[in-house]
Amino acid sequence: MSFEPKIVGFLCNWCSYTGADLAGTSRIPYPANVRIIRVMCSARIDPTFVVQALAQGADAVLICGCHPGDCHYSEGNYKAMRRFPLLKQLLKAYGVEDDRVRQTWVSASEGQRFAEIVTDLTERVRALGPSRIHPELLNDQRER
Amino acid sequence: MTEKKKLQIALYWGAACGGCDVAVLDTNEFILDVAAAADIRFWPIAVDGKYADVEALADGELDLAIFNGAVRNSENQQVAELLRRKSKILVAFGSCAHLGGIPGLANLVKREEILTTAYLANASIQSGNRTIPCPETNCDGKKLEIPVLYKRVYRLADIVDVDYFVPGCPPAPEQVKNVLLAVVQGELPPRKSVIGASDRTVCDDCKRSKEEKKIQRFFRPFEIIQNPDRCLLEQGLLCMGSATRSGCGVRCPNSNQGCRGCYGPPPGVRDQGTKFLSALASIIDSKDPAEIEEILSHLPDFTAYAYRFGLPASILQRSHRS
Repeated sequence: MSFEPKIVGFLCNWCSYTGADLAGTSRIPYPANVRIIRVMCSARIDPTFVVQALAQGADAVLICGCHPGDCHYSEGNYKAMRRFPLLKQLLKAYGVEDDRVRQTWVSASEGQRFAEIVTDLTERVRALGPSRIHPELLNDQRER
Repeated sequence: MTEKKKLQIALYWGAACGGCDVAVLDTNEFILDVAAAADIRFWPIAVDGKYADVEALADGELDLAIFNGAVRNSENQQVAELLRRKSKILVAFGSCAHLGGIPGLANLVKREEILTTAYLANASIQSGNRTIPCPETNCDGKKLEIPVLYKRVYRLADIVDVDYFVPGCPPAPEQVKNVLLAVVQGELPPRKSVIGASDRTVCDDCKRSKEEKKIQRFFRPFEIIQNPDRCLLEQGLLCMGSATRSGCGVRCPNSNQGCRGCYGPPPGVRDQGTKFLSALASIIDSKDPAEIEEILSHLPDFTAYAYRFGLPASILQRSHRS
């Protein structure tokens, strides 16, 4: 059986989730590999959620919020923007490949863009192969 | 008159620096009261004793075993399992036993890389040296064994069932006293609790003034003259007080040093490093991706900073490089 990446997508309620919804209502096809979790704002996406998703078997994590300047809460997406480079640095130290985590901005009118992002990410992660983080190996004493 | 039965205790160090044992001795005269109230059955740093002496004890004969240090090799594990069997109460004492501690940072590299650096490739090693520790060696027809260095570092609780956790690198002497007194008086909280610490964060207990936090540049401590009354983070100096359990007495910020996070995450926080990342990055004073990158470039090794005392306790636990 061929490898199908499992991607967890955290989408903000106001722009990106609506954008993904538009992709659906506009019948724009995109891979079914992404599992979407709606949050109120991209600032709500604690970096802990991202590592937790990877630890529980996600092959990649997608974070989407409103474009800079368009945040429903004025500045929430800037907080997300500031965290991301540091999160990438942290994941690199853990040996997680760069392509497994992506943050990008999707507005409510960008259904097409959302579909393209998911398609591109899915193909990249498919090429990368399954995540090396094996949930069953975390805390495993046999790994001596 | 019947004499009250003395408390039977043991102390042991796994992968540790010895500072936790010193912290116990730092209770000064109090340690003499402990010696009067208790029989110290095993304590490698202070009293003579062999593993065989511990093996000879009946299961559960010890009232209290205090284990400091992480589990790094097969010897650490064997003694951890032995003390677990022989003790009614097993305490993970100090950051290494509690969260993996500084030895836990080794989880970011592979065992082979550590051995290569330490024994083969280091600049101070005689060139051509090929000697590297092997778990088994044959010498004059006899098999010699040394403990096996594990692939990664474990917390004590990853290996055996732990009753209580005492955080700190090292735990504050006052907390050491409180723990010993709690055992003597039988006033222990529910099993699995963190004892000798509070439920607040270091920030909650810090006396420095706190205003709006905005960071335009990070500084190393030697790069600026700090204001001793103002929050260190607001001055661009790294401080983990916001993501660290209190109970230490705010020792580091009171000494003009940023909190290093040794008491581990506060209650309810699963991963200290990512929580600190979230708090720290959010207060960077920029909305421009390139400028944000520039400001972050002044943090040369954020991961090791954020997990200085608890990498094995983090969600991802270790490097997942192939």
